[in-house]
Amino acid sequence: MDYSKEEYLRIMELAAEFEQNPNQRLLEGKVVATLFFEPSTRTRLSFETAINRLGGRIIGFSDSNSSSVTKGETLHDTIRMVSNYADLIVMRHPLEGSARYAAEISSVPIINAGDGANQHPTQTLLDMYSIIKTQKTLDNLNIFMVGDLKYGRTVHSLLMAMSQFENPIFNFIAPDELQMPDEYKIHLREQGIRYFEHREFTDFISEADIVYMTRVQKERFSDPIEYEQVKNVYILRNSMLKNTKPNMRILHPLPRVNEIHPDVDKNEKAYYFEQARNGIFTREAIIAHTLNLI
Amino acid sequence: MNDPIKKKLKLKVSAISEGTVIDHIPAENLFKVISILELDKTHNMITFGANLDSDKLGRKAIIKVSNQFFEDDDINRIALIAPHAKLNIIRDYEVVEKRIVEVPEQVVGIVKCFNPKCITNNEAITTSFTVLHKEPLALKCKYCEKITHEHQMVIK
Ligand SMILES: [Zn+2]
Repeated sequence: MDYSKEEYLRIMELAAEFEQNPNQRLLEGKVVATLFFEPSTRTRLSFETAINRLGGRIIGFSDSNSSSVTKGETLHDTIRMVSNYADLIVMRHPLEGSARYAAEISSVPIINAGDGANQHPTQTLLDMYSIIKTQKTLDNLNIFMVGDLKYGRTVHSLLMAMSQFENPIFNFIAPDELQMPDEYKIHLREQGIRYFEHREFTDFISEADIVYMTRVQKERFSDPIEYEQVKNVYILRNSMLKNTKPNMRILHPLPRVNEIHPDVDKNEKAYYFEQARNGIFTREAIIAHTLNLI
Repeated sequence: MNDPIKKKLKLKVSAISEGTVIDHIPAENLFKVISILELDKTHNMITFGANLDSDKLGRKAIIKVSNQFFEDDDINRIALIAPHAKLNIIRDYEVVEKRIVEVPEQVVGIVKCFNPKCITNNEAITTSFTVLHKEPLALKCKYCEKITHEHQMVIK
């Protein structure tokens, strides 16, 4: 589930092909199981659209309340059973490491659509596809990450993936309680990658190629007063985009709360809705790559 | 057997003619060592002593197993709970080899992942870790990828 630089580039290339021609019946006659042990409508619809565009058929469930899991069936037994029915399993599960475990016991490939706070690799790939599409490269980019950098798994995975490419620079903008964890900063230092930390979110994003926004969630704060103080500090407004680079684009994994002001939406640098659309092509690419269909 | 050192060794371990003596086990971990090495399932003769005085450990334990010899991979499994353990391999009442234990690169089973949201703590799964640091111990879970540090370690 950890991709090499070459695999990233291969999947990006395939995603670009699917964007040109999204309807290819590569999954004709195949059954794909989408097992969502916790609900995530957005991710599930994206996957199911990708599967449909590839001509595959879908079985599965959209949350564990509607499945035998509520009757106490183990993940082990569910995977053993479903891997006898389907040619591919897409799964989302609240427990960390569940996808790796499932891959060990399944007779068919597993695509991880999120395992708790651990990983969400298809989100990372669609983020990277959005970056390469807008910047024409994954090298020499200045990436600003804003908001919840402590718990946000999307920023962690993106950081790890982008650190495989040439000469990135990272800028972290977060309140004290939600700073980038040490293990990631240690990783960057070991790789000789430059990063800068900021507490304030002001006009200096003029250097940015990518501004990656995340939600600052109330439940992450031990002190509610602290949340009230920061919740309106990390908001991106259209007025802040005046002196930014022409190639700069704003990404967000969605759904947003208030961290991107609606007045940004009409700015051509707002890319988050197209980013979600890129998810379909990226997931088609991941499925094709996983099953060696191309 | 006129060599005084050999004689002393012979006396110390004379209870077995062929087998393995595992010395310098922390007394409180004696039964965990027995369980990890699956000595509770063997038919070989085993004797052990617990709460013996030791300069290094305060109170130590010792295990003597007749007619059984261990591979490095097996014996290194006890390194997490008995890092100073020493093995004497006995043939015909003589110590023919001395070995120390080493923390392995990979730890399978034995330790629980500290992360309550890890799949290994919610379903019957054998844990598996990559050893990132040996002293103090830092173990990276193969499943959830979180790091269990020595002070968080719980033996299964
Ligand atoms: Zn774990």
